[in-house]
Amino acid sequence: MLTPLTIAVAAAAVLLGVWCAVAALRDQSAKDWHYAAMAVVTLLTVVQLVVGIVMLAGGDRPAGDSTAVFVSYLVSVTACVPVVGMVALGERSRWGPATVAAGAFLLAILELRLHDVWGGGVG
Amino acid sequence: MGALAEVSATDGGAGGRPADRHGLRSGPGRLLVTLYAIFTVGAASRSLYQLSTRFDEAPLAYLLSAGAALVYALITVVLVRGGERARRLGLAACAVELAGVLVVGTWTVLDPSAFPDSTVWSTYGMGYLFLPLVLPVVGLFWLRAGGARPAVPRD
Repeated sequence: MLTPLTIAVAAAAVLLGVWCAVAALRDQSAKDWHYAAMAVVTLLTVVQLVVGIVMLAGGDRPAGDSTAVFVSYLVSVTACVPVVGMVALGERSRWGPATVAAGAFLLAILELRLHDVWGGGVG
Repeated sequence: MGALAEVSATDGGAGGRPADRHGLRSGPGRLLVTLYAIFTVGAASRSLYQLSTRFDEAPLAYLLSAGAALVYALITVVLVRGGERARRLGLAACAVELAGVLVVGTWTVLDPSAFPDSTVWSTYGMGYLFLPLVLPVVGLFWLRAGGARPAVPRD
């Protein structure tokens, strides 16, 4: 699975997570700019989803018998930030960005796992 | 989520002003319910996959993962619904979860051979940043406090 893209998504996710964590620590709610950043990260994950599907369609397969695991991680990765973004929408306190930060860090971890699964790490 | 809240605010149940019913999943509860939802999805999909593809390799570990997924799902629902009955159920579920992490964690440390494959609760949830150990403790405190925010005036 395209390593540079995976690294880019993971790095973007960590940046988003740190930014939102800082907002939470400063007792601020999520602002429009946070949502813009979430949109950018989500866009990257959608690109990754498309690339992943194209690679699978082209006959490339993750190492071992782990196509199902790979696809489930790919979908989770794409859903991660939009879901926490929606959860944070109704929360007008510091806990909104705190929730987004948790989702962003989870996304970074999922990217590591996605990389492992494609390369033949344990499912 | 909003629609769900309206429904739960109108169906009966013991003691509760509407504010209490929303309390469990607002503020810090928002983060807590998100983490529980993530663990529910993670543990459930993992155990479903493992149970369906290689149950024989480590049946105990996989069944424990499935059990953990059920407990996480229950707590997630409790936090989203809110209300006094849900709160009590949540307290019990968090206690079960905490006991599970401690027992399975200790078990995996003392007798690793019983678990050829790891579970979410192995070594007290070390593979998951110890969140499986932290979550039930935070959950117990949150539910004990009733999820009420000081900002909400009580009459």
